[in-house]
Amino acid sequence: MQRMFILIVGCGRVGSAVAKRALDAGHDVSVMDRNPLSHERLDRDQISTWEDAGGRFTVGTALEIDGLIEAGIEQADVFLAATSGDNTNLVIAQVAQRRFEVPRVVVRVSDPARAAWYSQQGLQTICPTQVAIDQAELVVMAEQG
Amino acid sequence: MAMYVIIAGGGKVGWNLARELIARDCEVTLIESNHDRFRAIEEELEHSVQFGDASEIWVLERAGIQRADLVVAVTGDDEDNILICQMAKDKYDCQRIVARANNPRNLPTFRLLGIQPAVSATDLILRLIEHEVPEYGLVHLLALEEEHLEIIEFEVPAAAEAAGKRVQDLDLPDGALVISIIRGTSGFVPKADTVIEVADTVMLILDPGLEAEVSLQFTPSSAAA
Repeated sequence: MQRMFILIVGCGRVGSAVAKRALDAGHDVSVMDRNPLSHERLDRDQISTWEDAGGRFTVGTALEIDGLIEAGIEQADVFLAATSGDNTNLVIAQVAQRRFEVPRVVVRVSDPARAAWYSQQGLQTICPTQVAIDQAELVVMAEQG
Repeated sequence: MAMYVIIAGGGKVGWNLARELIARDCEVTLIESNHDRFRAIEEELEHSVQFGDASEIWVLERAGIQRADLVVAVTGDDEDNILICQMAKDKYDCQRIVARANNPRNLPTFRLLGIQPAVSATDLILRLIEHEVPEYGLVHLLALEEEHLEIIEFEVPAAAEAAGKRVQDLDLPDGALVISIIRGTSGFVPKADTVIEVADTVMLILDPGLEAEVSLQFTPSSAAA
């Protein structure tokens, strides 16, 4: 396996879960969130603390470039924007792509319309709402049997 | 034909701007996402305000962004302002945008993503303060960012290196040029042998990044050491 440096902005359900899995898989992982209490999600149900397991955590606002640099964006191979704000995610993903030239940039966008437009513009978007719509559609309209 | 302007964000800036543009015969749609605020604005502006989140595509389309001549994004969130202007430009081909940068530290991000002009009230006030209380007499007059040039001015203090020197004898780096001197109440374009006097205001044009080096000529020698 190629060991990668993964930077995740937003330590919510998605960000923290992906961070833990990536660290378990042997990657270098740095997480950034504006709320210091979100760190708790990284330690929950783990044998050792996030830092002892080798993870990094930075408190900072995603739009502030200094915070992104402190969290290691200049070395990142992968950047995941997973804060609760669609617009924040879309802006910092473009900053990661254009200013820091991170090779792989992934951005979570809740609004299907914005996700569709920005994926046409060349961003790799993940839209949980669209996934839920597609799955619900399948289940709701499944043939009775 | 009247210009059609969409304003995103009905805060103090957005509301006042809408009122002024309507008074200048523009057609205006203001978009506000807080319902109480929307109701208050609606009492005055009536059909010129719509309720909704202006970073949602359907809200922008309901406001008629396809035919907007100008989109102004002045919400309290810089990421929202960037996104709204980006979609206006790239998705709806609106040629003219104006964005507000709440935090002047975000200005490089606006620039990076092509959101120009971006206006920061904090930055403007900072510049006014610099003009009133210049550090060692240095004032930024104009930054031509696209052209990579800036124009600055100094008031020459008594102990400055430059005081009593001819323009041609100033120890200026390449990329810095004296373009004007204001003496008393009148300004003139200096020649190579013009002697700089104490209390002159000297205006220079320079490549960005040369300020510190240029400052050495116009600050008291003790401060330069």
